Amino acid sequence: MTMVRGTASKGLTRVSRAVKKAVGRYENDPDMLIQVLLDLQSVFGWLSREVLSEVSQQLDVPITRVYHIASYYRAFSLVPRGKHIVKVCMGTACQVRGAPQLLNVISVTLGMKPGETSEDMRFTLETVNCLGCCAMGPVVAVDGEYHSKPSTSDLKRLFGTGRRGKE
Amino acid sequence: MSRKRISSPEELEALGSRVLSRREPDRPVITVCTGTACQAYGSLEVYRRFVDEVKRQGLQGAVVEAKATGCHGFCEQGPVVVIFPQEICYVKVKPEDAPEIVSATVKGRQVIERLLYEDPVTGRRIAKASDIPFYHHQVRVVFGDNQYIDPKEIDDYIALGGYSALSKALSRMTPELVLEEIKRSRLRGRGGGGFPTGVKWETTRSASRGSKYVVVNCDEGDPGAYMDRSIMEGNPHAVLEGLIIGAYAIGADEGIVYVRQEYPIAYENTMLAIEHAQEYGLLGKDILGLGFNFHVVAHRGAGAFVSGESTALMSAIEGKVGEPRMKYIHTAVSGIKGRPTCLNNVETWANVPVIINRGAEWFSSIGTEGSKGSKIFSLVGKVNNTGLVEVPMGMTLRKLIYDIGGGIPKEKRFKAVQTGGPSGGVIPEQYLDTPIDFEELNKLGSMMGSGGMVVMDEDTCMVDTARYFVGFCCEESCGQCIPCREGLRTLREILTDICEGRGEEGDIEAIQDIASVMEDASLCALGSTAANPVLTTLKYFKDEYEAHIKEKRCPAHACKALTAYYIDPVKCSACMICANNCPTEAIHGEKNMVHWIEREKCIKCNTCFEVCPPRFSAVMRISGEPLPPPPAPGTRVVREKKR
Amino acid sequence: MKTITLQIDGEEVGAKPGMTVLEAAREAGIDIPTLCDHDEIKPYGVCRICSVEVERKGKSRVVVSCGFPVEQGLVVKTRSPRIDRIRKVILELVAPTTTLDGQAAGDIKRIAGEYGADVHRFESRFRTKPTRCILCGRCVRYCDEVMGESAIGFVGRGVDRRVVFFPEKARVCITCQGCFNLCPTGKIASETDFVVFDGFSVEDCLPGER
Repeated sequence: MTMVRGTASKGLTRVSRAVKKAVGRYENDPDMLIQVLLDLQSVFGWLSREVLSEVSQQLDVPITRVYHIASYYRAFSLVPRGKHIVKVCMGTACQVRGAPQLLNVISVTLGMKPGETSEDMRFTLETVNCLGCCAMGPVVAVDGEYHSKPSTSDLKRLFGTGRRGKE
Repeated sequence: MSRKRISSPEELEALGSRVLSRREPDRPVITVCTGTACQAYGSLEVYRRFVDEVKRQGLQGAVVEAKATGCHGFCEQGPVVVIFPQEICYVKVKPEDAPEIVSATVKGRQVIERLLYEDPVTGRRIAKASDIPFYHHQVRVVFGDNQYIDPKEIDDYIALGGYSALSKALSRMTPELVLEEIKRSRLRGRGGGGFPTGVKWETTRSASRGSKYVVVNCDEGDPGAYMDRSIMEGNPHAVLEGLIIGAYAIGADEGIVYVRQEYPIAYENTMLAIEHAQEYGLLGKDILGLGFNFHVVAHRGAGAFVSGESTALMSAIEGKVGEPRMKYIHTAVSGIKGRPTCLNNVETWANVPVIINRGAEWFSSIGTEGSKGSKIFSLVGKVNNTGLVEVPMGMTLRKLIYDIGGGIPKEKRFKAVQTGGPSGGVIPEQYLDTPIDFEELNKLGSMMGSGGMVVMDEDTCMVDTARYFVGFCCEESCGQCIPCREGLRTLREILTDICEGRGEEGDIEAIQDIASVMEDASLCALGSTAANPVLTTLKYFKDEYEAHIKEKRCPAHACKALTAYYIDPVKCSACMICANNCPTEAIHGEKNMVHWIEREKCIKCNTCFEVCPPRFSAVMRISGEPLPPPPAPGTRVVREKKR
Repeated sequence: MKTITLQIDGEEVGAKPGMTVLEAAREAGIDIPTLCDHDEIKPYGVCRICSVEVERKGKSRVVVSCGFPVEQGLVVKTRSPRIDRIRKVILELVAPTTTLDGQAAGDIKRIAGEYGADVHRFESRFRTKPTRCILCGRCVRYCDEVMGESAIGFVGRGVDRRVVFFPEKARVCITCQGCFNLCPTGKIASETDFVVFDGFSVEDCLPGER
C-alpha cells in the first residue's frame, strides 16, 4: 500500500510552517506534545507522515514517541478522512436504547463499516463512546450536529442517499 | 469587560455587594439551559430568540435578563427554561415559544400551561421547578448553582458567594486547619475510588518538600456518565475555587485541569474561567493580597478511556503516551515528574468550597456512616426522567429510579440497574432497597464508580450487556499487560460466541478463570475491574447464560443471531408502516395483503417491531424455537370487529 | 549493606533498601519466572508472570515482584494455588499469539510445562493472525535505555498494539542488532529483513487486522 507523501516542496513548507506555529504556541515544550498534535489534527484534518516527522524534529522528541501517541488516541487520524464525519454513540445508555441497531441501519444506508471512509471521500463513519446527551439516545452526530432516534427516512435524507448523486 | 484585580478579602466582599446591588432581587431572569444535551436539542437557538425578544419588547438592560446557563439536569425534558424569581419551569421549549413567554410570563406574570411539566402519574401540570418530583427529592449541594450561573460570567459566581470560601481559607485558616476540615468532613473521592480525600491531601502535603502539583481529573470516560462534564461546563469556578483551596492546604504551587478532548465546551469554559480568575487576582501571584501563589493550566486529552487512570493521566501531562505504569509508590508521594501530586475528580474539588463555607459538621450530617455528603448521578437508559440528579448518600436505589427517575417507560418491567460504568456491575430487582453507599454497592459486587446509573428492562439481554462492557474495555485497554489485553480479547470472543449461538460447555468456567486472573494480576484498575460486569451478570442472571449456551435462546429477544422477526398474519392489518420503514426493504405486502418478512434480507434492526402500532402489535420476536413459515402468497388481512 | 530482612517462601532473606522482591529472591537463589524482565533494562511489569503474594499486617495481595520494593518484615510467597493459577492462565492466554507452525514459542513453552498450562486451551477463540510478539517491550526498552537510539517502538493500543522498526533510524539497526537476542519468542531474529524497513507503512500504526 503506497504511502501518502507530500507533493511539491511547497506542500512541505506549509507543513513545517504549521508545525512551527503549533509548537510555538506551547513555547516548544516537549511535554505539550499531545496538545501540539491536537492543534495540528484540527488544522489538517489528519496527521501525515510529514507532519509527524516535522513535530519530532521541531520538538526534539523521538519519532517513536510521536508515532505511539498519534496511533494511540482516537482524536488523531493517520489517514485523510471524509468531508462529513458521522459519529454513532455507543455509550451504555444508547446501547440499552438500541444503538447497535441504529449503527446497523446507518452502516447499510451508507454502505460502510465503522472506521471506513467512503470512496468519494464524502463520509467517514465512526463510533464514539458517549456524547453525553443520553436523554436523546440513540444518537448520531453528523458534523457535530446531533440527531436523536433518527428514522430510516431521516437518515436517507441526512446522507443524501434518498436520491443518488445529490450534494 | 475589564476586570480590576481584587487585592483583599474586603475588596472581594465589596465586589460581591456591588454585583448584587446592580441586580434587583425581583428582576425577572430567564435562564435557558445550554448544557451540551440541551444544546443538542437546539437550546442555543431558544436562548438567542429570548435575547432578541427581550430587546424587541424593550426590556433589555436592568429590566429583564436572559441568561444561558449550564446543565440543569432535567435532560429528558430539554430545552429547559426557568423564569426567576417565581422559578417557573418550562420544558421542551421551542424558539417560537419565546415571544409568548416574554409577554405572558415575564411581563404578565402568567403561567403558560402547555409548556409546564406534566406529572405522568397525577396528570397535574407543575409550575414551580422545586415542586416537580424530579427536583423535589434531590439535594443539590454542588449541582444546584448551575441554574443561576452563566459559566462565562465570573460575576455570576461571585454574586452567589463564589470565592468566599477561598477568602475565608486564606485569611482566617492555616493550611493545616483547612486540611483538618476536609478530613473531618470525611469527604471521599467522587471519581470512583472513594478514597478519603483528606488522607490523600495529607499524604501529598507531608511528602518531600519542594514543588507539588494538584490535578483536576475531568477525563470522565464511563459511557453514560456526564456529571463532570456538566459541572466543568456549567460551573467551572466551583472547581477552580476548590482546587485553589486544596493547593493552599497541600502546599502546591501548580495546578492542572485535564479535560477530555470530547468535551470542547468544558475546555473552553475552563480556559475562560482561568483567564477571568487571573484578571481578578484569584489565581496567580499573591492571591487576594494574602501572599499565596498558584498557577493553573488546562490540558486536553486525546480520546482514550484509560488515560483517566491516575498514573496514565500524569504520563500524558508529561507529554508521554497516556498509559498506566506499574506503581507501588503512591502518586501522592511521587507523581508528575516525580513530584508529589494530588489528583482528584471534578466533583470532589467542587465539594471543597461548600465544606469550607458550611463546615465539616454540616457536610457529614448528610449521608450514611461510611459515605458522607451527596453524589451526582447520571440516571440514564430505560428510565422516564433521564438526566443528572444529586441525592444524599443513603437514598435507596428504588427511590432514585422511581420517585426521581419516574420509573420504566412503556410500562416495561425493571430488570437491573448497572452502576459504576465498565468497572461496575448489575444490580437486580431484589436489591432495589439498597442504600446508595460505597460499601453497600461493593457488597453486591458492583461499585459506586463515578456515578453512572444505567437502568435496564426486560428487553435488555444480560449476556449482551456483559459482552458490550468487555468489548468496550477491550477497545480501551492500553494493551501493555497480558492479563488485560489477552484476557479481554478472549472474553470478548467467548461472549460474542455465546450471543451468536456458539457457546460451548466449559465457557462459564473459562470466563471465571480469566476473570479471576485479570482481577489479581492486571497492571491497573481497568484490567482488574473489567470483569465485574461479566461476573455480576453471571451471578444474578446465570439462567440467561445457560439459555444462550444450551438452548441457543435469548430470553430478552435481543441477540440478533438468536432472534428472528415474524409478522403474525392474524394480527397484521396491512398498514404498510413497517414496510415503509424497513431499511433493507425486506418486508413484502400491500394494502389488505398480510405483510411478511424476507428472512435473508432482515438485518434484525428492530425497526418494524418498534413502528408497528401498539393496537396491532403484529411483529413478533422469536428465539430458541423454529420460525413459522411465511403466509401463503395473497393471504388477505383478517379484520376483526373491534369494539 | 543488607539492612532489610524479609521472608520468601518461609526462608529469611536479607536485602538492601531499594531492591525489588525479585532481585532479593534471585540473590537468595529463589527462582521466579519472568518474561518482560531483563537485567540490562529497568523493570516494566507487564507480563505479570513474576506475580507473588505479599502479606503486610495480615493483609495479602498480589503484586509483581519485579517492581515491588523490599520492606522490613515483608512475607512473600512465590508459589501458591492463587499464584500458580495466575501464571498458568497468563501463559494460556498469550500462547496462541506466539504460535509458529502450531507450536508455542521459546520461553512460553518452557514455563508452560512447569505450570501445567494447556497452550491450546484458547486457540479456538484466537481469530487473528499470530504476531509472535508478546509485547514484553524488551527490544523497545533496550533501544531506548541502553542504546539511546529509540529506533524501535510501540504503536497502537490494546489488541492492536505492535512493535515497529522505524526506517528513519534503520541504518543504526543494521550494525546494532542488540535487541535480537532479547526477544523471548525469537520473533525478531527470525523475521527481520532489512528490506522490510523501507516498506514501513503508516498502516502499521493503524488499528485493525493485518
